[in-house]
Order: sequence, then C-alpha cells, then structure tokens
Amino acid sequence: MATILAVDDSASMRKMVAFTLKQAGYDVVEAEDGQKALNAAKGKTFNLVISDVNMPIMDGIQLIKELRTLPNYKFTPILMLTTESGADKKTAGKQAGATGWIVKPFNPDQLLSTVQRVLS
Amino acid sequence: MEAELDTVNDADGDQFLTFILADEEYGVDILRVQEIKGWGKVTPIPNTPEYIKGVINLRGTIVPIIDLRERFQLETKPYGPTTVVIVLKVVTEERDRIMGIVVDAVSEVYNIAEDELKPPPNFGGVLSVEFIKGLATIDEKMIIALDIDHLLNSDELAVIDTAGGATN
Amino acid sequence: MSIDMSQFHQVFFEESFEGLDSMETGLLELGQGGEDPDLINSIFRAAHSIKGGSGTFGFTAVANFTHVMETLLDEMRDGKREVTTDGVNLLLASVDVVRDMLTAVRDGSSLDEERVGSTQAGLEAMLDSTEEATGTEEGQAKIAPAAGWQIVFKPLPHLMQTGNDPARMFRELAQLGDLETEVDLTELPPLEDLTPEECYLSWKLSLHGEATREQVEEIFEWVDGDCELNINPLQPGSAKNEDTPEIQDEVPEKTKNTQAVSDPAASKNSTTTQKSPARAKSGGDSGSIRVGIEKVDALINMVGELVITQSMLSQIGEDVEEFDQASFERLRDGLQDLERNTRELQESVMRIRMLPISFSFNRFPRLVHDLSSKLGKKVELKLSGEGTELDKTVLEKIGDPLVHLVRNSMDHGIETPDQRVAKGKSETGILHLNAYHQGGNIVIEIEDDGAGFNREKITAKARERGVIGENETLSDEEIDQLIFEPGFSTADEISDMSGRGVGMDVVRRNIIDLGGTVEVTSRPGEGTTFTIRLPLTLAILDGQLVRVGNETYVVPLVSIVESLQIRDEQINTVSGRAQVYKLRDDYIPIINMHDAFSIQERHGEYADGLLVVVEGNGQKAGFVVDDLLGQQQVVIKSLETNYKRVKGVSGATILGDGTVALIVDVAGLIRLSRKKSNSTLRSVA
Repeated sequence: MATILAVDDSASMRKMVAFTLKQAGYDVVEAEDGQKALNAAKGKTFNLVISDVNMPIMDGIQLIKELRTLPNYKFTPILMLTTESGADKKTAGKQAGATGWIVKPFNPDQLLSTVQRVLS
Repeated sequence: MEAELDTVNDADGDQFLTFILADEEYGVDILRVQEIKGWGKVTPIPNTPEYIKGVINLRGTIVPIIDLRERFQLETKPYGPTTVVIVLKVVTEERDRIMGIVVDAVSEVYNIAEDELKPPPNFGGVLSVEFIKGLATIDEKMIIALDIDHLLNSDELAVIDTAGGATN
Repeated sequence: MSIDMSQFHQVFFEESFEGLDSMETGLLELGQGGEDPDLINSIFRAAHSIKGGSGTFGFTAVANFTHVMETLLDEMRDGKREVTTDGVNLLLASVDVVRDMLTAVRDGSSLDEERVGSTQAGLEAMLDSTEEATGTEEGQAKIAPAAGWQIVFKPLPHLMQTGNDPARMFRELAQLGDLETEVDLTELPPLEDLTPEECYLSWKLSLHGEATREQVEEIFEWVDGDCELNINPLQPGSAKNEDTPEIQDEVPEKTKNTQAVSDPAASKNSTTTQKSPARAKSGGDSGSIRVGIEKVDALINMVGELVITQSMLSQIGEDVEEFDQASFERLRDGLQDLERNTRELQESVMRIRMLPISFSFNRFPRLVHDLSSKLGKKVELKLSGEGTELDKTVLEKIGDPLVHLVRNSMDHGIETPDQRVAKGKSETGILHLNAYHQGGNIVIEIEDDGAGFNREKITAKARERGVIGENETLSDEEIDQLIFEPGFSTADEISDMSGRGVGMDVVRRNIIDLGGTVEVTSRPGEGTTFTIRLPLTLAILDGQLVRVGNETYVVPLVSIVESLQIRDEQINTVSGRAQVYKLRDDYIPIINMHDAFSIQERHGEYADGLLVVVEGNGQKAGFVVDDLLGQQQVVIKSLETNYKRVKGVSGATILGDGTVALIVDVAGLIRLSRKKSNSTLRSVA
C-alpha cells in the first residue's frame, strides 16, 4: 500500500489526518515540522506528502522546495494544507513545486477523496 | 485461612454462603463474598457503635469489621478458633464498599431458588425486615437469607451512630 | 466512511490551551515594545493553528472568531498594520474569549455570548478601520452545460515536476463523461535531446456529456499557471472538433474572500449547535498528565533494579539448603537493596505527579498587567523558582489562593505611584513571587514592597468585631495574624478586587486543607510577605507514632510543636473541668486521648505519660500519650473508601507489621475535645 508523509505542527490535526488515512489502508508517517519531515523523506521514499504551511523551524513552503531537490521526490505529489484565505500561500507553494492543495477546514472524506485522486 | 466450601449443586437459583450465628443459620449471596479470613487483630475506631469492631488491613485497603452478634444485639460470645470474618462487597448508590462481618462459623453453600425464599414475618426490633431477603428451608433447617446492601449500608450505620452518640 | 472525530478533541483542546497561553505571553511581550517579527509570527501561528483545528473539528464559532484574530495578526506580521497598545489589549481580551469558548465546548459550561459578540465586533471594527475594499464574491455565472467541452491542454515543460500527472487528470475527466483524447506530438524533440523530466506533449480533449465548466476547471485547478488551457463548449451534435478557437480562456482565478467573517449574530447561534461533551468538569481539572520522558525512563530503570533484587532474594531462598552465616548476610544485603529500590521507586513515581510551579505562576504576568492598569498602579512582577516542582493536585488547588494573595498585595499593599513617590519610594512597586524546596515542603513567598500593615487599624477593627478584647494587647506578629480572621477586611470600601473580606480566612482554610500553613510578616511602610508552606505530596505524611493504651496512633509531625515528660505540678484545673498544662508562660489545654478516643485501657497516672504539644488551626493543645514510638513516613490510606469519615481521625495507615494505625486529625481532635468538655463533666484521673 502507498506510504504517506503527514506534516503539521498541530498534533490534533496531524493525528486526524494520519488516522483517516491509516483507516483507508495507507501507511502514514507523521512529522511535526518541516525539518523532521525532510529527514523522514530522506530516509524513506513516500508516495505522497501532505503538509501544513505554517510550521516552526521549517515551514511548508521551504519543505516543498527542499523536497523537490531530492532525486526521489521530483515527481512525487505534494499537497499543501491551506486555509481559504491563504491565496499568497498557494502561489508561493506552487512556485516551490507543490502539486496542489487541500483547503482547511476539511472533513476526513474530503481528505480521503483528494488523496485517492492523487494516488490512483 | 481460606475455608474450603462444599457446594450443593442445583439447577437454578442463587447460591448462598451460610454461616452460624448464635445457633441460627444465615445466608449471604455468594457473589458478594470476596473472601473468608480468620479473626485477627483489629484497630478500633473511636466514637463508633460497639458492633463496629474496627478496621483491618486487607492487602493495602482499610476494611471495617462488623460484629453481627452485637449488631443484632445477641448474647456476645468470645471469639474462638472457628470465629471467622467474611469479607463482603456491599453495593451502595455511590460505589461499592468492602466490609467484613464476624460470624461464629461458616457452614455451607446452598442453591436457593427465588420461589424457595419465603417472605419473613416481622421480627420487630433490631432484625428489621429490610435486612432479610427471605427465609428458606433446606434439609429441614431454616436459613435466614440476608440482604447485605441494606444491612451494611453506611447510611444505616450513620443513623445508628448519631443515636448512639450519647454514650460518650 | 465516517470517522469519530471526538477522539482527537482532547489533544486539540490541550494544544489549543497551550497555544493560547503562548499567545498571551507573546502579546504581553509585544505590549512592552518588543516588535520582534518572529514574535508576531509565532503569535499568528498559534491563532492560525487554533482556527484550523476548530474548523476541522466542527467548532465553527471558535473558528470564525479566531479567524478575525488571525487576520488582524496577519496584517501585523506583514507590516501592514502597526502594533498598538489598543491592538494588543484587544487581542489579549480575545485570547480570554477563546479560552472561555473552548472551555464551554469542552466542559459544557455556560458562555458569555455577549462578550464573545462584542469582542469580535471590536476586532472587526479594528480591521475595518484600515481595510480596503474586501474581496468580491465569486461571480461565476453558472454556465449551462453544453453538449460537452473542447479542451486544449498544453502543459508547460515543468508540469510533471509539480507532481501532477496529465494521465491522472484525464482519468478524472473521463469520470465526468465520454472523453476522447488526441495527443499532439509536434513539440517532441529527438531522443538524444529529450529530457525525460519534461513534458513535450499537448492534447486536444473532447469531453461529451453534461459536465459543467466548473467541474472541468476544478480538475485543472492545481495546474493553473503550469499550462495553457482552453475550455470551450462543444457544439451540440458536433464530433471531434479540430479547430481551436482564437480566444484564450484562462481558468479564472478564484477570488478569495478576505473577509470570511460571519457576523456576531450568526456566531451566537452557531455556538449553541456545537457539540459539547456531556460531562461538566470542575474548573481546570484535567484528567491527564504530561510527563517528561526522563521521568518515565528513570521509573523503568528503577523497576528493572527492583526485579533484579527480587530475583536475587528469591534465589537465596532456593539455593540454600541450610541457612548459614554467609547466606544470612546475603539476605540482609539483599533486603537493604530492596529497601533502597523501593524507596527510589516511590520517589520516582511521586515525581511523576510533580509539575513545576510555573504552571501556576504563568497566569500572573497577565493578571498583574491587567490589575495595574485597572488600579492605576505601576507594578513590576518578579518570578523566581518557577521550576520548583510540586504535586499536580496541590498545584491545581493552590492557584486560587495565590491569586487572592497577589490581588491583595496589589490592592492593599502596593501604593499608587504618587503615594510611593511621596514616601520616597520608586514609582513602580515590586511584587515578588518566589518558590523553593525546604525540608519535605515547598515554600511559596509573596512579597511586596508596599505599605505594609496598618497595625492600629487592624487592632481597632479587631476590637470592633470582638475578635480581641478591649484591653488585650497583642504583639506585632499576633496583630499580623489577625487578618486571617473571618470577616476581616480593613478596606474602607469594599473593592471587588480582593473580595469583601471573605478572602483571607478562606485562603488560609484552603491552604490548611492541603496540609499546609500560611504566615504573614509585615514591615509597616516597607512591605508585606506571605509565606505558604505545602507538603510535596498529599499521599504521604511524616508521622510520629504514639502509643495510647494498646493502640498505636500517628500524629502528623508538622503539627507537633514539642514533646515532654508530664510534670504533675504543671497540671491545673480550670472551672473544675478542663485541665491545662503550664508550659513556660502559656497554659495549654490538655487533651486526654484515652477519653477523646474512648479507649478503655489506661496505663497509670498522668505522671507516667508524655505530653505531645501540638498546634492545629492556630491553637495549641497537649495530647497525653503513654509512649512515643518512632517517627516514620506513612502512606495515608482512606477510611472513607469502605467506611466513613470519623471525627478526630484524618485517615489510616498500615504499619510495618501489617496492622492498621489511625492518623490523628489534630485540629479536629482539638475541636472534638472542646465540645466534649463543654457538654459533660470530666473526672480528673
């Protein structure tokens, strides 16, 4: 089954995402900031990365930029978790190389259908 | 010491552990019996009714011990080698409590079906009908089945307490 | 699939409250002139997190409220808005509101909706004052679906490197209707020039069916800017159409709402529809503990050692056929190890429940800040010893008394700037909270450099209330202690800061209930210091074992003043009933424990006994006991679990020999004994 890296500094959000995806049969690894996520991504190749934008130490935009420099992650789908008012973040994210975004707040079904869409 | 119990197996009904108290045989619901201990040192608690002998340490928990003879105002008898403490689980509204009762000796375990329990006549006095589930006849003996929850309810104890407070 | 989100709620609440605390600390710093961009950013992030989480977990009103906060903070961090005192204060007030909102959701408690509404309106007003035209609503006309869509899709070379895959997008399109694809290979370079990571293909797609334009656009939403995209209606009845229209149709950028704020009325309504858990918990009492992982590791190590000692001991029992000196010594060593292991394990476990007092101290910067402006005083708060640890339950219960003492210091202690300057003091008063360990206790000091006690006023008030006699003179220390008497307040007006004089005695009562003590010393004109002593844990007691008759009792060491041999000549009788003992200059009432506890056996006359002088609730008394046994730490076991509360007894413990010993409730026994001697005549032994 596909493996997913879920990145968010908010534990409740992270766990909700991880739980939802695990229930659907995916393997999920959690990271609480961009740096930890990058480390995890270097150690193991994920099929999909879902990341919040606003995080301490290394934010989502920076994470995406870093990921895209890794040979294994050139074409990997990377989804940002953004809020509806974060237009500039979407632009910045795309410039950094993000695949797309999921708008917060979202419910588990929305999350799942987007993930399934991207991973099929 | 743990006593070995002989059980008389029957089809239905509740099982009762019976014990002897002043030549009468009483029974308690066996599901409430936690264990049976020999009589040992008890720490008295001040300003409590006579029939509350005190408390003991039961593997780390403080458990009060009640002497039923004194509770029922029967003639007191010195404690002997067959004197036994039955540790019971008492169910009250708020929670479960563990309490022990001192009895002369443990008798048997009997199966007593619902319909075998006859309602008690009003004895009057201390042995209020609230404490008695009913009377049963087994092997030509009369067994008085007790309702532990009412008998050992601490509200009851508290009521007696204030009445007996004047003894100080 | 439906997932029960409530399992994540507790974590969300915990992290949100932490986030609110850090926002508050940050805002206070900001208010003091720290315009550090990182600081503003971290405050923003906290609000953003709470907003995101509350939206996700369905707490809509909270999400809406925090959204406005977030917008304001966003402007501040982008430099679009200046950080002003008003702004900071409004945000601080908002933090309080969010706390209340989250508490209401979590505990089902009531919420002051008016306050929510007015604070939110305040935030919006602040936003509006410099706001430009807000984002427009999406003005997408619903285009009636044609017979389908003609799509020309030309990815820019780097499109694949965004992780997007045209094949995936076509699969999604195919779900909307019948899809025909025609690939255009004209841009494809020769193999040797080909860069495999780039996309040289483009497509013409015909989607037949009833899909709407939005549905098609949505599929290409993510690749906007990474491709050229033309979407045109298919003419009804037309088959594959090779012509590409001239007009370039950009996928319209979704215009966002910068004002996604619902008006206060709506938020008021939505609060009531929020899911709130059925339980109503007492304020601030959480059922979980955060434990540092070092503590858990230490615990695991201790248990490991315990296991080793235990197996070593059991081996001594097995190996040895006859018990000789060597094995006896091994046994003794083993038992010593066991004692050490057990003690260390006990300490280790107790430490788990210990938290640093900073959890309590943390509310004070905010409190002092608010109170100083309210009272018009300048106060600087100093905190030291925040890392001092104490039991979680004690920590939770000491909070309110501390708040009360701090309020008292600020209200009655520290003077207004004018008054201070007139006295030659600096304008700003200093309030110092200090905590440290001493013996088996934690000591908390609250010291101010304010006016100190007006002893004349206190004495006058005490005389007026009949607390002391007209002609009674008291020492300074005794006068100071008077403030703990019920109904005592020397404030000329009843200020609602420190309450109506119901404060101090309740504070002391609460501290005593925790097994602690509180004292005050005052230096008129210079300041006042309150000293609180609390036991480090509630479950363990340092006790003095005493023998009364055949029974052993435990008297809490903290209550014992001294112990002495009874000298008959020091015993006096008052009014033929009560007995007192002359101890130096004082007469202290004698409490005969045999009588108090109705113990029959008596061992000899008083003269053979010992007097244990104790203090409970500020009163001294002497307990007559037969013998003093050792001192030891005892574990407090409840009598009430299986029995009920007994007057004069605060609990029980299990001694080394397995028997039960009752723990004396010193204050209770003193009270009890006084009642008894008032009601019956007592015979002198």
